[in-house]
Amino acid sequence: MINWSNFIAQCFNGLVLGALLALISSGLTIIYGTLGVLNLAHGAMFMLGGYAGWVAYTYTGSFLVAVAAGALFVMLVGLVTERLIIRHFYARPPEDQLLVTFGLGIVFVETVRFFFGSLSKTVPPPSLLTGITNLGFMVYPTYRLGLLGIVSVALLALYFVLYRTRIGMIVRAGIEDSVMVDSLGINVYRVFMLVFGIGSMAAGFAGIVNAPVVSIAPDVGDAILVQTFVVVVIGGVGSFTGAILGGLIAGEIVSITSMFNPAYSYVMLFIAMTLVLVLRPYGLLGSAGRE
Amino acid sequence: MPTIPRQRPFVVEALTALALLAAPFILPHLGFSPSTINRILIYALVGIGFDLLFGYTGLLSFGQAAFFGTGGMFAGYLLTQTSFTNTIVALILGTLVAGVVGYLVGLLALRRTGIYFAMITVAIAEVFFFVEFNPLSAFTGGENGLPGVPSPNLMLGFKTFTFDSNLSMYFFFAFWYFAGLVIALRIVRSPVGLLLRAIRDNPLRAQALGHDIHGYKLTVFVVAAMYAGFAGGLLGLMQGFMPPDAFMFATSGEIVMQTAIGGAGTLFGPLLGAATWLLLSDFFQTTLHLGATWKLVLGIVFVLLVIFLRRGLAGAIMDLVHLARGKRQGRASPATATPAMPVQPVSVPAASAALPPRHTPLQDKPGPILHTTGLSKHYGGVHANADIDFTVNHGERRGIIGPNGAGKSTFFKMLTCEVLPSSGRIVFEGQDITQLGVADACQLGLTKSYQINQLFERLTVRHNLAIAALGEIRGKFKLDLFRDLRKVPGLDAQVEHTAALVHLAGRLDTPVSELAYGEKRRLEIGLALATSPSLLLLDEPLAGMSPQERVETVALLKSIAVGRTLIVIDHDMDSLFELVERVTVLQEGRVLVEGTADEIKTDPKVQEAYLGGVQGAFA
Repeated sequence: MINWSNFIAQCFNGLVLGALLALISSGLTIIYGTLGVLNLAHGAMFMLGGYAGWVAYTYTGSFLVAVAAGALFVMLVGLVTERLIIRHFYARPPEDQLLVTFGLGIVFVETVRFFFGSLSKTVPPPSLLTGITNLGFMVYPTYRLGLLGIVSVALLALYFVLYRTRIGMIVRAGIEDSVMVDSLGINVYRVFMLVFGIGSMAAGFAGIVNAPVVSIAPDVGDAILVQTFVVVVIGGVGSFTGAILGGLIAGEIVSITSMFNPAYSYVMLFIAMTLVLVLRPYGLLGSAGRE
Repeated sequence: MPTIPRQRPFVVEALTALALLAAPFILPHLGFSPSTINRILIYALVGIGFDLLFGYTGLLSFGQAAFFGTGGMFAGYLLTQTSFTNTIVALILGTLVAGVVGYLVGLLALRRTGIYFAMITVAIAEVFFFVEFNPLSAFTGGENGLPGVPSPNLMLGFKTFTFDSNLSMYFFFAFWYFAGLVIALRIVRSPVGLLLRAIRDNPLRAQALGHDIHGYKLTVFVVAAMYAGFAGGLLGLMQGFMPPDAFMFATSGEIVMQTAIGGAGTLFGPLLGAATWLLLSDFFQTTLHLGATWKLVLGIVFVLLVIFLRRGLAGAIMDLVHLARGKRQGRASPATATPAMPVQPVSVPAASAALPPRHTPLQDKPGPILHTTGLSKHYGGVHANADIDFTVNHGERRGIIGPNGAGKSTFFKMLTCEVLPSSGRIVFEGQDITQLGVADACQLGLTKSYQINQLFERLTVRHNLAIAALGEIRGKFKLDLFRDLRKVPGLDAQVEHTAALVHLAGRLDTPVSELAYGEKRRLEIGLALATSPSLLLLDEPLAGMSPQERVETVALLKSIAVGRTLIVIDHDMDSLFELVERVTVLQEGRVLVEGTADEIKTDPKVQEAYLGGVQGAFA
């Protein structure tokens, strides 16, 4: 028999996880959509955000500083990576791009392991968001509620940047046709660098705000990367709204399955992905010809 | 791609066998421990299968661990949890299970290509990892794996040999590596092997030339899974323990990285890569005492190799060999090239006679070869083609003209079944082909040369033409994995005759990437011709050519047209009117008029469309 209060709590967990996955996936998907590069180091960016935030927290004790440090540090890593390495791969076959980003992911993970070891680290939630909150129909950890708010705000901010600013318009135009954007006199490489930075920052931000919920370790990004792939396959590559829809679906699937048996959450994710691939091969909100 | 000397077919195999025999006596002096050597062979064996998939077919899978683990676990389970003791049979059963699993996974993953394919394989492999760890842990030992896997043995019924010393175990593994390599070399040299490379270079054209590319992709995916499954079984035998980490994402990653380091598309790359990888990891860990840092150093090495050594170590070695050879004898090939075709319209009766269209003779078959009724295509609200009724008779030479955007190319795409019409019917030789795929249409004898060259850039002219000819000779799908490409009956003759027809006979062994534009254009037509079509569609065959080349190409097309039906789109009216008998004019997706060249030239509606119409001028 299903325990209903437990079920509702799991649905909420699914919502939080889903929002988080949506944020990470939209980072991955705008990078792919604009640059045409599938960043296999995206999971490592998530991990780097957590560690950068943890270092900042250790020195300052401030959660806000930690979040800012995590997001900005990963953005910086993204900008530098694009400028120094990824840029030389635009003209090379997509397989080479996968190989080099896969290698970079390993380098990031192992560098962190070298400096901080393999043991996991924790960042406590800010004092404002500790404890539990009674929502009337259930009690729920306050930080998770806060996390839902924080991630939603981040997604809204990303949406605003993409859909309401000049740079966002250029990015969306670049997703449609980057050659055309280039020939309109816009420095497409600078846009690419910025997009790689912003996309990475989305993952890094998610990495630090999730740190109070799940402790961080060097390989914490691996599982996230796989889940992100499932989200993108479900939602459709290059689609911001698809990433959000896919994220929420994946989050709910993982959480609700975990209620019965956590071991099967991956299997259920896989079944969902299979269904989408069979029924709508380009993803729920994707379109043909973008791979 | 290995350039296998034609006259010495077994030299690669013989050299490899010698090297494998010598290795256990030489490698220990270079710092390889016996277990490292065995591990190299196992990873190189998975790598061979992966190289067929990635290096030859262009499918980058990050999920090989799923099959490596499945094959290994199945064999390990038989040998530890049941009374089964025959290790070789267990290995083979594990391989078969991995193959079946590979088939099922392939059905799903191959629905997409490119990065989607990579992402799907990652996701599926993770599912295998979790299933192995939890729901199936009663069979797989969960995180403990399966201990107690016996040493390899060979049961002959009357006597059983056990390979438990270092050296005997090495020879057991070396034998299987060698067998795997020989099989892979056969596959690579077979028609299927050539088609795999065709799929890597240009999947859409490979399909348009009449090949069931999905079938071949699924085949190579299963083959790669079987290689991985067999090697997984060997891993258990080597360690005496089947480890669960065979299933991990990191294992898939190592297989990818080793092949990339060694050089993809060489079959020997995985061996080089595995040797480099495992030697370095031994060296960093035991000699330099780097501890866990070895992975960081290897990661950096890998990134640098990907950045600077595009074709891996094997590619670098081949470049060095070419450099050394080139210095000795200079490069001979470009000198023999024909700079231009003979200017006079040449008659090539011998060639065209030897290359008949497949449904002869035309003279006895009056009436239409192709007939469309009410053919329409719209994209959203845009009507690219509307209600086209179009008939071409056997042996006719038809031209299609129209301003840019008139829907000519869309019309061609529907005729070749590349695009499904929104409504209407296409009947070819009395058969309704409206719902067929492009490969089926080509198999029936209807194909197209493209407006923009669609060639197999990394292959030679000979291989390009062979890919086209194989579609007709072998049909849509055939698993002749072990047949020598050079022994396919009729292939060489057809390739050479087509090459003669398009004046590329002197360039047969030149890679396409080294051809001049005009030569590529002729090869484009040659690809369509080599399928022996009874109806040939030519989409702007004169595009981008100089006036001189146009004259030559018109002569070429006239010689091709003997005994077959031709439909030609072009903007060069003078050349077109000289070439074709009747002309159909399209405008805004509809048939405007149809008639002989003279009728078209004087038709007021055509003049209106071109001179007074929306487009304003000859496009």
